[in-house]
Amino acid sequence: MLELIVISTLNGILFGMLLFLMASGLTVIFSMLGVLNFAHASFYMLGAFFGFQISRWLGFWPALLIAPLLAGAIGAGVERFGLRPVHKNGHVAELLFTFGLAFVIEEVVQIIWGKSPVDFRVPEQLDFPAFTIFSTNYPAYKMFMLLVSVVIFAGLLIVLKKTRIGLIVQAALTHPHMVGHLGHNVGRIFMLVFGVGTALAAVAGVIAGPALVTQSDMAGLLGPILFVVVVVGGLGSLPGAFIASLLIGLIQTFAVSMNGSLAGAFGPLSPGYASTWLADIWGVTIAQIAPIVPYALLVLVLIFRPMGLLGTRDT
Amino acid sequence: MSEIASSAAPSLPAVADKLRFYGLWVLAAIALLLLPRIFTSGGSLTTFSLIGISIIFSLSYNILLGQTGLLSFGHAVYYGLGGFLAIHSINIISADKLPIPLPLVPLIGGLTGLLFAALLGWVSTQRSGTVFAMISLGVGELIASSALILRTFFGGEAGVSANRTKLLKLFGWNFGPQIQIYYLVAAWMLIAVIAMYALTRTPLGRMCNAVRDNPERVQFVGYNPHTVRYLAFCFSGFFAGIAGALAAINFEIANSAYLGAVQSGTVLFATYIGGIGFFIGPIVGAIFVTFLSLGLSDLTPVWQLYFGLIFIAVVLFAPGGITGLFMMHRPLLKAGTLARVLPSYLVALVPTLAMIAGLILSIETIVHYTENPSDDPHIKAFGVGFNAASPHIWALAAILLIGGFLVARKSWTWVGRAWDGAASAAREKGIAA
Repeated sequence: MLELIVISTLNGILFGMLLFLMASGLTVIFSMLGVLNFAHASFYMLGAFFGFQISRWLGFWPALLIAPLLAGAIGAGVERFGLRPVHKNGHVAELLFTFGLAFVIEEVVQIIWGKSPVDFRVPEQLDFPAFTIFSTNYPAYKMFMLLVSVVIFAGLLIVLKKTRIGLIVQAALTHPHMVGHLGHNVGRIFMLVFGVGTALAAVAGVIAGPALVTQSDMAGLLGPILFVVVVVGGLGSLPGAFIASLLIGLIQTFAVSMNGSLAGAFGPLSPGYASTWLADIWGVTIAQIAPIVPYALLVLVLIFRPMGLLGTRDT
Repeated sequence: MSEIASSAAPSLPAVADKLRFYGLWVLAAIALLLLPRIFTSGGSLTTFSLIGISIIFSLSYNILLGQTGLLSFGHAVYYGLGGFLAIHSINIISADKLPIPLPLVPLIGGLTGLLFAALLGWVSTQRSGTVFAMISLGVGELIASSALILRTFFGGEAGVSANRTKLLKLFGWNFGPQIQIYYLVAAWMLIAVIAMYALTRTPLGRMCNAVRDNPERVQFVGYNPHTVRYLAFCFSGFFAGIAGALAAINFEIANSAYLGAVQSGTVLFATYIGGIGFFIGPIVGAIFVTFLSLGLSDLTPVWQLYFGLIFIAVVLFAPGGITGLFMMHRPLLKAGTLARVLPSYLVALVPTLAMIAGLILSIETIVHYTENPSDDPHIKAFGVGFNAASPHIWALAAILLIGGFLVARKSWTWVGRAWDGAASAAREKGIAA
């Protein structure tokens, strides 16, 4: 039991940090541009596939650098030539544009790399167990993932708190219009933020690709969870996104490793109707309902705290 | 007092207007009756049935997006649940020999949609905009994932099937042949379209538009925007349920794909491509998208990519959709200045088509090299055969794409100038453009 708790906590924090790499970009983009980027998870997927392709040609370490830069450049281009012209048609049009973009990116990835998972392997330098805990080997690559995400988290924090551009971004989180009035080149900042945000998502993609499955449906699977994180944390709140990322990472990891069910807990009480249509609810294990836990959490948060955990402003 | 009343309420329509209005619906009904006489093949009947279902579904979606300004990413939930309840009720009715004929089953689907919309809607419609979009996405994912867990009810991956012919016979129809299903869909479509059109004319329909445009003002007038959004949501769920039940009857099966994100995305595409600003827009969109998905899939293996590109092009260049594009020209037509714009269209069309041809050529060539590079390079796309391995084709694609783009950009600014001239001429004649 203790083993399960330790391993699940580690995995949960890891998953949470990966989520935060993406959610941070999504939140900042949302705060500044007012548009929830539906294609954000697609850039995570692009990062993973670019990482796979480049690591075949040049090796994993160049890929870790080049793939995010490439995805970030595409992201900046999307903002400049796609989102900006749509902006005058309102937020719904912007949201729909990113929705269509996510659809097209998935199709393009399917055309180029196919529908089945690609063979994206952990680099050999990191393919060894980092430590053994209660007879379970914990892979070094996962520790590396954790390290990368913590370093980027720290870097992001320093940039946001200590640099000029960070100050502007922070100001734009709460007072987006005022920043424009102060005479900053809002267009260029938007492009930069969009590029950096998508590049961060791509970093998550490159480092998650070898550990998880690199497949053309990975954006579709992760995208909705990302939105759950951002909404649960509070739209436009970076600390909120951080807490929600860890929360959802931990909840999902723990749920997957638990086997309890109503039937298991209240077995002897088995009511008569448990053999009818309700049999599924009676017999389903927590591990089986793990995929819907984030969405259930989303609905609960929206009922009891509609602005999210740490959100302050309405949209 | 009477003065206020007469200025507030629209004047009673003249007889000619009434005749034109009701005549339109009668004409639509006659056209629906005659369609299967003109296109008799089984394939076209299936297509028409699919279009009819898609029209109801898209119109129900437009109650949310177009009329109330609620962008939903989970509308298929109500469609799918309507379909599942319809299948289960067909099974129950035929097992217990209940005196309910098949034509009433879509009503069961509709009531299911209404019930679930009433249950889930109160929370989701508390706010509009991005938050509503995210909640609808979350609820959609929640229900779609639950469908795979609650296997007894949703039938797991395989779904639930039923036999529609075993129900109480009405006028000797057993609804086995597709033609009878076509008439069933057509009748329900006409009823639903009329009902949804009538809904836009009611005070509620008007308040929905007001909530979309200025919710704060609506509060000052004394309405609760949340309630208005909730009511619109319930109506929308009702009609989506009818569409889902008809789809389930048409295919005699309901599976988890009915509830999923793809279905929600398709209805969004259809509605938006058709145009959300006009009542007829989603109808146009449903017809267009159904034909597109049936037709394109024969012509090219990567039709979904084209589908997505068309959607992005509509969002970028024609936010009013197809209907919006046509309706833009109405003031010019009235003012008689349309002729000034048309030649510029013809000029702009040539480089634009060249650019599109170059794009298609490049996409198909790339697809050939990534999907099956060992096959014969003489491939066929959109009925035109070409050699994907020849450098001439690559050069042609590049020239068409880049040259077409550069010339098209120039020519479209020219169209814009011609448009401005024609529009200001129309304004001078007192017609708002």
